[in-house]
Amino acid sequence: MRFSTLLKKPAEWMRVSGPESDIVITSRVRLARNLVGHSFPGWADKHERSEVMEDVRPVLEELSEMKDSFSEEMTKLTAIEKQVLVERHLISREHAAKGPGCATVMNRNQTISIMINEEDHLRMQAIRPGLQLLSAFKSLDGIDSILEEELPYAFDPKFGYLTACPTNLGTGMRASAMLHLPGLVLSEQINQTIQAANRIGLAVRGLYGEGTEALANLFQVSNQTTLGKSEESVIENLAMVIENMIKNEHNARHKMLEDSPTMIQDQCGRAYAVLKHAHIISSKEALNHLSMIRLGCDLGFFPEEERESINLLLTEIQPAHLQISAKRKLTPEERDILRADIIRTNLKGLTEPEFSSIITERDTDEDE
Amino acid sequence: MICDVCQSEKATVFLSQMADGKLQKVNLCKICADDKGVTDPTGFALTDMLEGMGEESVTEKPAQPDELTCPSCGFTQTHFKKTGRFGCARCYSVFNEGLEGLLEAMHKHTEHSGKTPTHFEDLIPEKMEIEEVEEVHEQTNEEKLVELKESLNASVEAEDYEEAARLRDAISQLESQLEDSGQ
Ligand SMILES: [Zn+2]
Ligand SMILES: [Zn+2]
Repeated sequence: MRFSTLLKKPAEWMRVSGPESDIVITSRVRLARNLVGHSFPGWADKHERSEVMEDVRPVLEELSEMKDSFSEEMTKLTAIEKQVLVERHLISREHAAKGPGCATVMNRNQTISIMINEEDHLRMQAIRPGLQLLSAFKSLDGIDSILEEELPYAFDPKFGYLTACPTNLGTGMRASAMLHLPGLVLSEQINQTIQAANRIGLAVRGLYGEGTEALANLFQVSNQTTLGKSEESVIENLAMVIENMIKNEHNARHKMLEDSPTMIQDQCGRAYAVLKHAHIISSKEALNHLSMIRLGCDLGFFPEEERESINLLLTEIQPAHLQISAKRKLTPEERDILRADIIRTNLKGLTEPEFSSIITERDTDEDE
Repeated sequence: MICDVCQSEKATVFLSQMADGKLQKVNLCKICADDKGVTDPTGFALTDMLEGMGEESVTEKPAQPDELTCPSCGFTQTHFKKTGRFGCARCYSVFNEGLEGLLEAMHKHTEHSGKTPTHFEDLIPEKMEIEEVEEVHEQTNEEKLVELKESLNASVEAEDYEEAARLRDAISQLESQLEDSGQ
Protein backbone atom coordinates (compact mmCIF):
# COMPACT_ATOMS: atom_id res chain seq x y z
CA MET A 1 0.00 0.00 0.00
CA ARG A 2 1.24 3.48 -0.80
CA PHE A 3 1.77 6.00 1.95
CA SER A 4 -0.55 8.52 0.32
CA THR A 5 -3.37 5.95 0.49
CA LEU A 6 -2.67 5.37 4.15
CA LEU A 7 -2.75 9.09 4.85
CA LYS A 8 -6.13 9.57 3.20
CA LYS A 9 -7.68 6.95 5.42
CA PRO A 10 -8.02 7.81 9.08
CA ALA A 11 -6.92 5.00 11.39
CA GLU A 12 -9.72 2.67 12.46
CA TRP A 13 -9.59 3.84 16.06
CA MET A 14 -10.25 7.40 14.87
CA ARG A 15 -13.44 6.43 13.03
CA VAL A 16 -15.05 3.63 14.98
CA SER A 17 -16.21 3.57 18.57
CA GLY A 18 -15.81 0.71 21.04
CA PRO A 19 -16.93 -0.34 24.53
CA GLU A 20 -16.98 2.53 27.06
CA SER A 21 -16.25 4.92 24.19
CA ASP A 22 -17.62 7.90 26.07
CA ILE A 23 -14.60 7.82 28.36
CA VAL A 24 -12.06 5.42 26.89
CA ILE A 25 -10.77 6.64 23.54
CA THR A 26 -8.30 3.89 22.73
CA SER A 27 -6.68 0.76 24.13
CA ARG A 28 -3.15 -0.10 23.10
CA VAL A 29 -0.87 -3.03 23.75
CA ARG A 30 2.71 -3.35 22.64
CA LEU A 31 5.18 -6.20 22.82
CA ALA A 32 8.97 -5.86 22.68
CA ARG A 33 10.95 -8.71 21.12
CA ASN A 34 14.60 -9.22 20.19
CA LEU A 35 16.58 -11.72 18.20
CA VAL A 36 19.52 -13.75 19.47
CA GLY A 37 22.89 -13.22 17.87
CA HIS A 38 22.44 -9.52 17.13
CA SER A 39 23.21 -6.47 19.23
CA PHE A 40 20.16 -4.47 20.30
CA PRO A 41 19.39 -1.61 17.87
CA GLY A 42 20.83 1.12 20.10
CA TRP A 43 24.18 -0.67 20.29
CA ALA A 44 24.30 -2.25 16.84
CA ASP A 45 25.96 -0.31 14.04
CA LYS A 46 23.87 0.60 11.06
CA HIS A 47 25.05 -2.41 9.06
CA GLU A 48 23.93 -4.84 11.73
CA ARG A 49 20.63 -2.97 12.03
CA SER A 50 20.11 -3.26 8.30
CA GLU A 51 20.87 -6.98 8.46
CA VAL A 52 18.20 -7.45 11.12
CA MET A 53 15.75 -5.35 9.15
CA GLU A 54 16.35 -7.38 6.02
CA ASP A 55 15.80 -10.62 7.92
CA VAL A 56 12.69 -9.47 9.73
CA ARG A 57 10.82 -7.28 7.29
CA PRO A 58 9.89 -9.99 4.73
CA VAL A 59 8.64 -12.23 7.57
CA LEU A 60 6.35 -9.44 8.80
CA GLU A 61 5.08 -8.67 5.33
CA GLU A 62 4.16 -12.35 4.89
CA LEU A 63 1.79 -12.32 7.89
CA SER A 64 -1.84 -12.73 6.85
CA GLU A 65 -2.72 -9.67 9.01
CA MET A 66 -0.29 -7.67 6.92
CA LYS A 67 -1.91 -8.34 3.57
CA ASP A 68 -1.67 -5.17 1.50
CA SER A 69 0.29 -3.56 4.29
CA PHE A 70 2.22 -0.34 4.43
CA SER A 71 5.90 -1.13 4.83
CA GLU A 72 8.67 1.41 4.61
CA GLU A 73 12.16 2.24 5.78
CA MET A 74 12.29 5.30 8.01
CA THR A 75 14.87 6.99 5.76
CA LYS A 76 12.35 6.93 2.89
CA LEU A 77 9.75 9.02 4.71
CA THR A 78 9.75 12.80 5.00
CA ALA A 79 9.79 14.44 8.43
CA ILE A 80 6.11 15.37 8.08
CA GLU A 81 5.06 11.88 7.01
CA LYS A 82 6.81 10.40 10.03
CA GLN A 83 5.17 12.98 12.25
CA VAL A 84 1.74 11.96 10.93
CA LEU A 85 2.43 8.40 12.07
CA VAL A 86 3.42 9.73 15.50
CA GLU A 87 0.25 11.81 15.75
CA ARG A 88 -1.81 8.71 14.93
CA HIS A 89 0.06 6.76 17.63
CA LEU A 90 1.31 4.30 15.02
CA ILE A 91 5.01 4.85 15.71
CA SER A 92 6.88 6.40 18.61
CA ARG A 93 8.54 9.80 18.58
CA GLU A 94 11.87 7.99 19.04
CA HIS A 95 11.27 5.79 16.02
CA ALA A 96 10.45 8.81 13.86
CA ALA A 97 13.96 10.11 14.53
CA LYS A 98 15.65 6.88 13.43
CA GLY A 99 18.03 6.50 10.51
CA PRO A 100 19.14 3.59 8.30
CA GLY A 101 18.15 0.04 9.19
CA CYS A 102 14.87 1.07 10.76
CA ALA A 103 11.47 0.40 9.26
CA THR A 104 7.76 0.27 10.02
CA VAL A 105 5.20 -2.27 8.82
CA MET A 106 1.50 -1.71 9.46
CA ASN A 107 -1.77 -3.13 8.28
CA ARG A 108 -4.35 -1.39 6.16
CA ASN A 109 -6.73 -0.53 9.01
CA GLN A 110 -3.82 0.82 11.04
CA THR A 111 -4.78 -1.45 13.92
CA ILE A 112 -1.42 -3.26 13.99
CA SER A 113 1.92 -1.56 13.54
CA ILE A 114 5.36 -3.07 13.93
CA MET A 115 8.48 -0.98 14.36
CA ILE A 116 11.73 -2.63 13.32
CA ASN A 117 14.81 -1.50 15.25
CA GLU A 118 13.21 0.98 17.57
CA GLU A 119 14.74 0.41 21.02
CA ASP A 120 14.26 -3.34 20.48
CA HIS A 121 14.49 -5.31 17.26
CA LEU A 122 10.70 -5.57 17.21
CA ARG A 123 8.10 -3.39 18.81
CA MET A 124 4.63 -4.51 17.80
CA GLN A 125 1.54 -2.61 18.71
CA ALA A 126 -2.19 -3.18 18.49
CA ILE A 127 -4.58 -0.25 18.91
CA ARG A 128 -8.35 -0.51 19.36
CA PRO A 129 -11.13 2.01 19.94
CA GLY A 130 -12.68 2.04 23.42
CA LEU A 131 -11.80 -0.32 26.26
CA GLN A 132 -10.55 -3.49 24.53
CA LEU A 133 -7.23 -4.25 26.14
CA LEU A 134 -7.62 -8.00 26.13
CA SER A 135 -8.67 -8.23 22.49
CA ALA A 136 -5.81 -5.93 21.53
CA PHE A 137 -3.44 -8.25 23.38
CA LYS A 138 -4.95 -11.38 21.83
CA SER A 139 -4.46 -10.07 18.32
CA LEU A 140 -0.79 -9.34 19.00
CA ASP A 141 -0.31 -12.60 20.84
CA GLY A 142 -1.43 -14.48 17.73
CA ILE A 143 1.01 -12.64 15.53
CA ASP A 144 3.77 -13.14 18.07
CA SER A 145 3.17 -16.90 18.15
CA ILE A 146 3.54 -17.07 14.39
CA LEU A 147 6.70 -14.97 14.48
CA GLU A 148 8.36 -17.09 17.17
CA GLU A 149 8.38 -19.99 14.70
CA GLU A 150 10.23 -17.93 12.13
CA LEU A 151 12.49 -15.67 14.17
CA PRO A 152 15.02 -16.74 16.83
CA TYR A 153 13.64 -14.78 19.80
CA ALA A 154 15.93 -13.86 22.67
CA PHE A 155 14.22 -15.53 25.63
CA ASP A 156 15.44 -16.73 29.00
CA PRO A 157 13.38 -19.08 31.20
CA LYS A 158 14.11 -16.96 34.27
CA PHE A 159 14.03 -13.45 32.83
CA GLY A 160 11.51 -13.94 30.03
CA TYR A 161 11.84 -11.96 26.83
CA LEU A 162 15.18 -10.16 26.84
CA THR A 163 14.91 -6.47 26.03
CA ALA A 164 17.42 -3.66 25.51
CA CYS A 165 16.17 -1.91 28.63
CA PRO A 166 15.61 -3.99 31.78
CA THR A 167 12.44 -1.97 32.47
CA ASN A 168 10.75 -3.99 29.70
CA LEU A 169 12.21 -7.37 30.68
CA GLY A 170 9.84 -10.32 31.16
CA THR A 171 6.68 -10.04 29.11
CA GLY A 172 7.96 -7.04 27.15
CA MET A 173 4.36 -5.89 27.31
CA ARG A 174 3.07 -2.40 27.85
CA ALA A 175 -0.73 -2.05 27.90
CA SER A 176 -2.35 1.35 28.01
CA ALA A 177 -5.64 3.14 27.59
CA MET A 178 -6.33 6.74 26.72
CA LEU A 179 -9.06 8.19 28.93
CA HIS A 180 -11.07 11.38 28.72
CA LEU A 181 -11.54 12.57 32.30
CA PRO A 182 -12.97 16.12 32.34
CA GLY A 183 -15.18 15.35 35.35
CA LEU A 184 -12.26 14.30 37.55
CA VAL A 185 -10.22 17.29 36.37
CA LEU A 186 -12.95 19.90 36.90
CA SER A 187 -13.81 18.48 40.31
CA GLU A 188 -10.13 18.41 41.23
CA GLN A 189 -10.05 14.71 42.01
CA ILE A 190 -7.57 13.86 39.30
CA ASN A 191 -4.42 13.98 41.43
CA GLN A 192 -5.90 11.60 43.94
CA THR A 193 -6.86 9.26 41.09
CA ILE A 194 -3.35 9.40 39.65
CA GLN A 195 -1.74 8.70 43.01
CA ALA A 196 -3.98 5.71 43.69
CA ALA A 197 -2.97 4.22 40.34
CA ASN A 198 0.72 5.00 40.91
CA ARG A 199 0.66 3.09 44.15
CA ILE A 200 0.15 -0.21 42.37
CA GLY A 201 2.70 0.43 39.68
CA LEU A 202 0.51 2.01 37.03
CA ALA A 203 1.66 5.15 35.26
CA VAL A 204 -0.79 7.94 34.47
CA ARG A 205 0.33 10.79 32.28
CA GLY A 206 -1.32 13.63 30.45
CA LEU A 207 -1.52 12.93 26.76
CA TYR A 208 -0.43 16.21 25.28
CA GLY A 209 1.46 19.06 26.85
CA GLU A 210 4.31 19.14 29.33
CA GLY A 211 4.51 17.81 32.86
CA THR A 212 1.31 17.62 34.79
CA GLU A 213 -0.69 19.81 32.47
CA ALA A 214 -3.07 17.58 30.56
CA LEU A 215 -4.53 19.15 27.46
CA ALA A 216 -8.00 18.06 26.41
CA ASN A 217 -8.30 16.24 29.75
CA LEU A 218 -6.80 13.17 28.12
CA PHE A 219 -4.77 10.76 30.21
CA GLN A 220 -2.86 7.63 29.41
CA VAL A 221 -2.91 4.84 31.98
CA SER A 222 -0.39 2.03 31.60
CA ASN A 223 1.44 -0.72 33.48
CA GLN A 224 4.96 0.17 34.56
CA THR A 225 6.37 -3.24 35.38
CA THR A 226 6.79 -6.21 33.08
CA LEU A 227 8.49 -8.89 35.17
CA GLY A 228 6.79 -11.47 37.38
CA LYS A 229 3.16 -11.19 36.28
CA SER A 230 1.51 -12.81 33.30
CA GLU A 231 0.19 -10.69 30.45
CA GLU A 232 -3.42 -11.55 31.30
CA SER A 233 -3.06 -10.68 34.96
CA VAL A 234 -1.40 -7.33 34.14
CA ILE A 235 -4.25 -6.54 31.77
CA GLU A 236 -6.89 -7.63 34.29
CA ASN A 237 -5.42 -5.36 36.95
CA LEU A 238 -5.18 -2.48 34.53
CA ALA A 239 -8.75 -3.01 33.32
CA MET A 240 -9.99 -3.17 36.89
CA VAL A 241 -8.43 0.19 37.71
CA ILE A 242 -9.70 1.72 34.48
CA GLU A 243 -13.23 0.49 35.14
CA ASN A 244 -13.10 2.10 38.53
CA MET A 245 -11.82 5.35 37.00
CA ILE A 246 -14.74 5.24 34.56
CA LYS A 247 -17.14 4.85 37.45
CA ASN A 248 -15.53 7.75 39.34
CA GLU A 249 -15.61 9.91 36.24
CA HIS A 250 -19.34 9.22 35.82
CA ASN A 251 -19.94 10.05 39.47
CA ALA A 252 -17.95 13.28 39.19
CA ARG A 253 -20.03 14.30 36.18
CA HIS A 254 -23.31 13.59 37.93
CA LYS A 255 -22.22 15.49 40.97
CA MET A 256 -21.17 18.47 38.87
CA LEU A 257 -24.50 18.47 37.08
CA GLU A 258 -26.20 18.58 40.45
CA ASP A 259 -23.92 21.01 42.25
CA SER A 260 -22.82 23.40 39.54
CA PRO A 261 -24.80 22.99 36.32
CA THR A 262 -24.18 26.62 35.34
CA MET A 263 -20.44 26.06 35.31
CA ILE A 264 -20.79 23.12 32.89
CA GLN A 265 -23.23 25.06 30.71
CA ASP A 266 -20.77 27.89 30.60
CA GLN A 267 -17.83 25.67 29.66
CA CYS A 268 -19.74 23.86 26.92
CA GLY A 269 -21.31 27.07 25.65
CA ARG A 270 -17.97 28.85 25.44
CA ALA A 271 -16.35 25.89 23.69
CA TYR A 272 -19.18 25.92 21.16
CA ALA A 273 -18.91 29.65 20.55
CA VAL A 274 -15.14 29.66 20.14
CA LEU A 275 -14.83 26.59 17.93
CA LYS A 276 -17.72 27.68 15.69
CA HIS A 277 -16.39 31.19 15.18
CA ALA A 278 -12.62 31.32 15.72
CA HIS A 279 -10.40 32.04 12.71
CA ILE A 280 -7.08 31.68 14.52
CA ILE A 281 -6.72 29.02 17.18
CA SER A 282 -3.76 27.41 18.92
CA SER A 283 -3.58 23.68 19.40
CA LYS A 284 -3.88 24.06 23.16
CA GLU A 285 -7.03 26.17 23.03
CA ALA A 286 -8.60 23.91 20.43
CA LEU A 287 -7.89 20.72 22.35
CA ASN A 288 -9.36 22.06 25.56
CA HIS A 289 -12.54 23.27 23.88
CA LEU A 290 -12.91 20.03 21.93
CA SER A 291 -12.76 18.24 25.24
CA MET A 292 -15.73 20.30 26.49
CA ILE A 293 -17.73 19.57 23.33
CA ARG A 294 -17.01 15.89 23.81
CA LEU A 295 -18.22 16.14 27.40
CA GLY A 296 -21.29 17.97 26.11
CA CYS A 297 -22.00 15.05 23.75
CA ASP A 298 -21.77 12.60 26.65
CA LEU A 299 -24.15 14.73 28.74
CA GLY A 300 -26.71 15.09 25.95
CA PHE A 301 -26.14 18.81 25.24
CA PHE A 302 -24.95 17.96 21.74
CA PRO A 303 -25.97 15.06 19.47
CA GLU A 304 -24.04 11.93 20.39
CA GLU A 305 -22.91 11.33 16.79
CA GLU A 306 -20.76 14.45 17.03
CA ARG A 307 -18.40 12.56 19.32
CA GLU A 308 -16.93 10.83 16.29
CA SER A 309 -16.08 14.08 14.53
CA ILE A 310 -14.46 15.31 17.74
CA ASN A 311 -12.31 12.17 17.85
CA LEU A 312 -11.22 12.76 14.28
CA LEU A 313 -10.50 16.42 14.95
CA LEU A 314 -8.29 15.67 17.95
CA THR A 315 -5.86 14.14 15.47
CA GLU A 316 -6.58 16.19 12.36
CA ILE A 317 -5.64 19.48 14.04
CA GLN A 318 -2.15 18.26 14.99
CA PRO A 319 0.71 20.05 13.17
CA ALA A 320 1.74 17.30 10.74
CA HIS A 321 -1.84 16.44 9.80
CA LEU A 322 -2.48 20.11 9.06
CA GLN A 323 0.57 20.27 6.81
CA ILE A 324 -0.39 17.10 4.97
CA SER A 325 -3.84 18.53 4.30
CA ALA A 326 -2.29 21.83 3.13
CA LYS A 327 0.22 19.83 1.05
CA ARG A 328 3.03 22.14 2.17
CA LYS A 329 5.05 23.25 5.17
CA LEU A 330 3.21 25.79 7.32
CA THR A 331 4.44 28.36 9.80
CA PRO A 332 2.89 28.16 13.28
CA GLU A 333 0.73 31.21 12.44
CA GLU A 334 -0.52 29.57 9.24
CA ARG A 335 -1.27 26.40 11.16
CA ASP A 336 -3.43 28.29 13.66
CA ILE A 337 -5.49 29.68 10.80
CA LEU A 338 -5.88 26.36 8.99
CA ARG A 339 -6.72 24.65 12.29
CA ALA A 340 -9.59 27.08 12.86
CA ASP A 341 -10.81 26.55 9.28
CA ILE A 342 -10.81 22.78 9.60
CA ILE A 343 -12.61 22.89 12.93
CA ARG A 344 -15.32 25.24 11.62
CA THR A 345 -15.85 23.03 8.57
CA ASN A 346 -16.01 19.83 10.58
CA LEU A 347 -18.37 21.25 13.16
CA LYS A 348 -20.71 22.78 10.59
CA GLY A 349 -23.44 20.31 11.58
CA LEU A 350 -22.99 20.90 15.30
CA THR A 351 -26.16 22.46 16.64
CA GLU A 352 -26.40 24.88 19.55
CA PRO A 353 -26.10 23.24 22.95
CA GLU A 354 -29.40 21.98 24.30
CA PHE A 355 -29.46 22.31 28.08
CA SER A 356 -33.10 21.40 28.77
CA SER A 357 -32.01 18.24 30.59
CA ILE A 358 -30.56 20.27 33.44
CA ILE A 359 -32.50 23.51 33.24
CA THR A 360 -34.96 22.45 35.95
CA GLU A 361 -32.23 22.29 38.56
CA ARG A 362 -30.97 25.74 37.66
CA ASP A 363 -32.65 27.52 40.57
CA THR A 364 -30.73 25.56 43.17
CA ASP A 365 -27.43 26.66 41.65
CA GLU A 366 -27.27 30.11 43.21
CA ASP A 367 -24.60 29.76 45.88
CA GLU A 368 -21.68 27.36 45.79
CA MET B 1 35.20 -0.38 -4.66
CA ILE B 2 34.70 -0.07 -0.91
CA CYS B 3 32.64 2.55 0.94
CA ASP B 4 34.75 5.49 2.18
CA VAL B 5 32.77 5.86 5.38
CA CYS B 6 32.41 2.41 6.85
CA GLN B 7 35.26 0.78 4.96
CA SER B 8 33.37 -2.48 4.86
CA GLU B 9 30.47 -2.50 2.40
CA LYS B 10 30.59 -2.26 -1.36
CA ALA B 11 30.18 1.32 -2.60
CA THR B 12 27.22 1.88 -4.89
CA VAL B 13 26.79 5.66 -4.62
CA PHE B 14 29.50 7.83 -6.21
CA LEU B 15 29.53 11.55 -5.57
CA SER B 16 31.63 14.47 -6.60
CA GLN B 17 31.18 18.11 -5.76
CA MET B 18 33.11 21.38 -6.11
CA ALA B 19 34.06 23.02 -2.82
CA ASP B 20 36.61 25.80 -2.29
CA GLY B 21 37.66 25.44 -5.92
CA LYS B 22 38.63 21.80 -5.43
CA LEU B 23 36.86 18.72 -6.69
CA GLN B 24 35.98 16.29 -3.92
CA LYS B 25 34.97 12.69 -4.54
CA VAL B 26 33.42 10.18 -2.22
CA ASN B 27 32.16 6.64 -2.68
CA LEU B 28 29.47 5.29 -0.41
CA CYS B 29 27.55 2.12 0.23
CA LYS B 30 23.76 2.41 0.16
CA ILE B 31 23.41 2.35 3.94
CA CYS B 32 25.97 5.09 4.57
CA ALA B 33 24.45 7.14 1.78
CA ASP B 34 21.06 6.97 3.48
CA ASP B 35 22.61 7.71 6.83
CA LYS B 36 24.37 10.84 5.61
CA GLY B 37 21.23 12.03 3.91
CA VAL B 38 22.74 11.76 0.45
CA THR B 39 19.47 10.44 -0.94
CA ASP B 40 17.85 13.68 0.18
CA PRO B 41 19.82 16.14 -1.99
CA THR B 42 18.51 19.25 -0.24
CA GLY B 43 19.99 18.44 3.14
CA PHE B 44 23.38 17.38 1.94
CA ALA B 45 26.81 18.99 1.69
CA LEU B 46 29.77 16.86 0.76
CA THR B 47 32.21 18.94 2.77
CA ASP B 48 30.27 18.42 5.99
CA MET B 49 30.29 14.77 5.40
CA LEU B 50 33.99 14.49 4.65
CA GLU B 51 34.74 16.37 7.84
CA GLY B 52 32.76 13.99 9.98
CA MET B 53 34.05 10.94 8.18
CA GLY B 54 35.44 8.06 10.15
CA GLU B 55 34.40 9.70 13.39
CA GLU B 56 31.80 7.13 14.18
CA SER B 57 34.01 4.10 13.93
CA VAL B 58 36.77 5.62 16.07
CA THR B 59 34.83 7.12 19.00
CA GLU B 60 32.64 4.07 19.74
CA LYS B 61 33.40 1.26 22.15
CA PRO B 62 36.60 2.28 24.02
CA ALA B 63 36.56 -0.61 26.50
CA GLN B 64 39.06 -0.57 29.35
CA PRO B 65 41.17 -3.71 29.28
CA ASP B 66 40.32 -4.97 32.79
CA GLU B 67 36.61 -4.25 32.59
CA LEU B 68 33.97 -6.94 32.31
CA THR B 69 32.96 -7.02 28.65
CA CYS B 70 30.29 -8.98 26.78
CA PRO B 71 32.13 -11.34 24.42
CA SER B 72 29.27 -11.19 21.91
CA CYS B 73 28.80 -7.47 21.53
CA GLY B 74 31.64 -5.70 23.36
CA PHE B 75 29.32 -3.94 25.80
CA THR B 76 30.77 -2.99 29.22
CA GLN B 77 29.49 -2.21 32.71
CA THR B 78 30.39 1.44 32.09
CA HIS B 79 28.13 1.51 29.06
CA PHE B 80 25.29 0.09 31.10
CA LYS B 81 25.72 2.71 33.82
CA LYS B 82 25.68 5.39 31.18
CA THR B 83 22.67 4.26 29.16
CA GLY B 84 20.66 1.98 31.46
CA ARG B 85 20.41 -0.43 28.56
CA PHE B 86 22.21 -3.58 27.50
CA GLY B 87 24.06 -4.31 24.26
CA CYS B 88 22.63 -7.70 23.38
CA ALA B 89 20.67 -10.64 24.80
CA ARG B 90 23.85 -12.30 26.08
CA CYS B 91 24.68 -9.23 28.21
CA TYR B 92 22.00 -10.43 30.66
CA SER B 93 24.15 -13.42 31.63
CA VAL B 94 27.47 -11.56 31.39
CA PHE B 95 26.34 -8.77 33.72
CA ASN B 96 24.29 -11.07 35.93
CA GLU B 97 25.87 -9.87 39.15
CA GLY B 98 23.74 -7.26 40.86
CA LEU B 99 21.02 -7.66 38.27
CA GLU B 100 18.52 -9.24 40.65
CA GLY B 101 18.65 -6.30 43.03
CA LEU B 102 18.06 -3.94 40.15
CA LEU B 103 15.13 -6.00 38.87
CA GLU B 104 13.63 -6.28 42.33
CA ALA B 105 13.70 -2.50 42.68
CA MET B 106 12.29 -2.01 39.19
CA HIS B 107 9.61 -4.71 38.99
CA LYS B 108 9.25 -5.98 42.57
CA HIS B 109 9.86 -9.41 41.04
CA THR B 110 12.92 -11.15 39.67
CA GLU B 111 11.40 -14.00 37.68
CA HIS B 112 9.33 -14.10 34.55
CA SER B 113 5.79 -15.35 34.58
CA GLY B 114 3.67 -15.33 31.44
CA LYS B 115 4.10 -16.20 27.82
CA THR B 116 6.88 -18.58 26.87
CA PRO B 117 7.83 -19.44 23.29
CA THR B 118 6.72 -23.01 22.55
CA HIS B 119 10.19 -24.42 22.12
CA PHE B 120 11.21 -23.11 25.55
CA GLU B 121 8.33 -24.65 27.44
CA ASP B 122 10.15 -27.88 28.38
CA LEU B 123 12.79 -25.84 30.15
CA ILE B 124 10.40 -24.47 32.74
CA PRO B 125 9.72 -26.71 35.73
CA GLU B 126 7.32 -24.39 37.64
CA LYS B 127 3.99 -25.58 36.24
CA MET B 128 4.28 -29.08 37.66
CA GLU B 129 4.86 -27.84 41.19
CA ILE B 130 1.61 -25.90 41.39
CA GLU B 131 -0.48 -28.86 40.29
CA GLU B 132 0.76 -31.07 43.10
CA VAL B 133 -0.25 -28.76 45.92
CA GLU B 134 -4.07 -28.90 46.25
CA GLU B 135 -6.79 -31.54 45.62
CA VAL B 136 -7.40 -31.93 49.36
CA HIS B 137 -8.33 -28.30 49.99
CA GLU B 138 -10.94 -28.00 47.28
CA GLN B 139 -13.88 -27.27 49.56
CA THR B 140 -12.14 -24.54 51.45
CA ASN B 141 -10.76 -23.09 48.24
CA GLU B 142 -14.23 -22.41 46.90
CA GLU B 143 -15.26 -20.71 50.08
CA LYS B 144 -12.05 -18.77 50.06
CA LEU B 145 -12.80 -17.66 46.54
CA VAL B 146 -16.12 -16.11 47.49
CA GLU B 147 -14.49 -14.35 50.38
CA LEU B 148 -11.66 -13.04 48.24
CA LYS B 149 -14.08 -11.69 45.66
CA GLU B 150 -16.00 -9.80 48.30
CA SER B 151 -12.84 -8.21 49.65
CA LEU B 152 -11.79 -7.38 46.11
CA ASN B 153 -14.95 -5.38 45.48
CA ALA B 154 -14.50 -3.55 48.73
CA SER B 155 -10.91 -2.61 48.02
CA VAL B 156 -11.67 -1.44 44.48
CA GLU B 157 -14.39 0.80 45.85
CA ALA B 158 -11.91 2.23 48.31
CA GLU B 159 -9.36 2.81 45.53
CA ASP B 160 -6.96 0.63 47.45
CA TYR B 161 -5.63 -0.81 44.22
CA GLU B 162 -2.61 -2.30 45.87
CA GLU B 163 -4.74 -4.59 47.96
CA ALA B 164 -7.09 -5.11 45.02
CA ALA B 165 -4.27 -6.19 42.76
CA ARG B 166 -3.03 -8.63 45.37
CA LEU B 167 -6.52 -10.07 45.79
CA ARG B 168 -7.05 -10.24 42.06
CA ASP B 169 -3.86 -12.27 41.68
CA ALA B 170 -4.85 -14.54 44.52
CA ILE B 171 -8.26 -15.07 42.93
CA SER B 172 -6.94 -15.92 39.51
CA GLN B 173 -4.43 -18.31 41.03
CA LEU B 174 -7.16 -20.01 43.03
CA GLU B 175 -9.44 -20.15 40.03
CA SER B 176 -6.83 -21.76 37.85
CA GLN B 177 -6.07 -24.27 40.59
CA LEU B 178 -9.73 -25.12 40.90
CA GLU B 179 -10.02 -25.43 37.15
CA ASP B 180 -7.00 -27.71 36.88
CA SER B 181 -8.14 -30.00 39.62
CA GLY B 182 -11.74 -30.03 38.39
CA GLN B 183 -10.80 -31.51 35.01
ZN1 LIG C 1 29.20 2.21 4.27
ZN1 LIG D 1 26.23 -8.25 24.79
